[in-house]
Amino acid sequence: MFGFILRRLAVAIPTLLLLIVVSFLLMHAAPGGPFTQERALPPQVLANLNAKYGLDDPLWRQMLNYIWGIVAHFDFGPSFVYPDRSVNQIIAAGFPVTLTYGAISFVLAVVVGVSLGVTAAIRQNSWLDYCAVGLSIGAQVLPNFVMAPILVLIFTLWLGWLPGGGWGGPAFWIMPVIAMSTSFMASIARITRSSMLEVLGSNHIRTARAKGLPESKVILRHGLKPALLPVISYLGPAFVTMITGSVVIDMYFSTGGIGRSFVDSALNRDYAVMMGITILVGALTILFNLIVDVLYAWIDPKIRY
Amino acid sequence: MVDTQQMRSLAARLAEPEVRGRSPWADARRRFRRNKAAMVSLFVLILVALFAIFGNQLAAWSNEEMDFAVMGQAAQLGAPSFANGHYFGTDDLGRDLFSRTVQGTQVSLMVGLIGAGIAVIVGTLYGATAGYVGGRTDAVMMRLVDILMSIPYMFVLILLLVMFGRSMTMLFLGIGLISWLDMSRIVRGQTLSLKNREFIEAARATGVPAWKIILRHIVPNILGVVAVYATLLVPLMILSESFISFLGLGVQEPLTSWGALISEGAGTMNYGTLWQLAFPLFFFCITLFAFFFVGDGLRDALDPKDR
Repeated sequence: MFGFILRRLAVAIPTLLLLIVVSFLLMHAAPGGPFTQERALPPQVLANLNAKYGLDDPLWRQMLNYIWGIVAHFDFGPSFVYPDRSVNQIIAAGFPVTLTYGAISFVLAVVVGVSLGVTAAIRQNSWLDYCAVGLSIGAQVLPNFVMAPILVLIFTLWLGWLPGGGWGGPAFWIMPVIAMSTSFMASIARITRSSMLEVLGSNHIRTARAKGLPESKVILRHGLKPALLPVISYLGPAFVTMITGSVVIDMYFSTGGIGRSFVDSALNRDYAVMMGITILVGALTILFNLIVDVLYAWIDPKIRY
Repeated sequence: MVDTQQMRSLAARLAEPEVRGRSPWADARRRFRRNKAAMVSLFVLILVALFAIFGNQLAAWSNEEMDFAVMGQAAQLGAPSFANGHYFGTDDLGRDLFSRTVQGTQVSLMVGLIGAGIAVIVGTLYGATAGYVGGRTDAVMMRLVDILMSIPYMFVLILLLVMFGRSMTMLFLGIGLISWLDMSRIVRGQTLSLKNREFIEAARATGVPAWKIILRHIVPNILGVVAVYATLLVPLMILSESFISFLGLGVQEPLTSWGALISEGAGTMNYGTLWQLAFPLFFFCITLFAFFFVGDGLRDALDPKDR
């Protein structure tokens, strides 16, 4: 197992480096520099600014400095638009918020999705099954940017129960979490249902039943574990899509997470912040995929890469 | 000893016209036709396509014209009505929402189809090549796909859009760039299961070059699976594009798309102009629904696993 983790790490780290290098090169290939304005700056000022941010160094040197800053000091450099703030500060302000509602949504999507899928599979062709299937098909066409306005319309404008935006106590969490998790809940429920049905029809379940195990044990120990494999492999891409969804959530509910900073910096052309967030999200994604792989190998001992 | 009776009946049967076999495609078509949800969805898709193509002929207003009688009072005067020709109402600037929705439908469908098209072409060729060649080439090519897949592509796409200007070309390029990854994996898997079959071996033995084997013998045999995933890819492409347009980073005015229209409608729903959200949302949802159902129906009809 340890060797397996090491081997996965050996792939993950170059991937991250590649992401950093590519986004760095992209930033430099973009037309116009960070200080390009409608009214051109005097050349002396521009030279001073470039010197201050180290932009007059050769490209390879800048890149090495940047990578070294991230690797050694976890420092993404200064923001190009806000002279008094560093990228780290901007990320530190938004990241806890994103992490809070992101983690809640993720856990909720997995727990509710799996239970819904398992229940639907056990009671196949009952009204509960039909409800679960119908719900999961319906939720597929309700991505976060469709859910968000509908939720605000119902709960804020019509019923007046929940605040339409901002960040504070649990009342502010509810709508972002629902908007973020619905479509994943649906997908997870669908995947769990179909793989559970497949597993329940297999021979080892019949054996478990034949030797007189209680039904709960049959389902939970012999059914659920193999049935979870497709769900786990779905979690990797789901995590990426979910963290991408934070952009919409932050924009729509003004929760102030990193998605907001990302779009703001995109509109401001604050490349340093954009890159910082992209790299952070990339690192999280790679880390998460690693966890998923390890989990996968742990559940199914047959799998070796 | 041979029973003459049996021989005679055998001869009679031989003389009967041969039962005509059904090709796998005809078989699939029959299965698909029996799937009601998929047939209804296909019908819906055709309607949406007709709406996109001929909608402008029905519109009383063009999508650029502003109705100055309504402008500024969209909440009071801009509601959907047949009297003033705004079937779907107007947006906040007094533009006709019907023709805007037609335009948005055109753009969104085009993005979906082109994105899926790029995915089909690039993904199929890439996956088939990797699977057929195998060995170290395969390992390197698939490792590259793994790496690309673990990149948060939406962030990179936004990065690209901001840096190189928000244009349709960039949008297509960005969406097409990542959409083929899944497809290439699926195709590679199918190719691996095909490449040791006898007819491939026969082709190789008669000296057919590798690229010809891939194009003429492997690709036609995986078209069914490719068709299924292409159908399921279209809604995903539409979702991606709408996501970006919802953020205001996708297609730019005067062009519009479902995502941009939903974003506009969502922004103004406070002011009692709910139709601005409802109509684009309706088209968005039924189209995605229909694509998913058609894709599922195609999978049931074509996927050899479930037979």
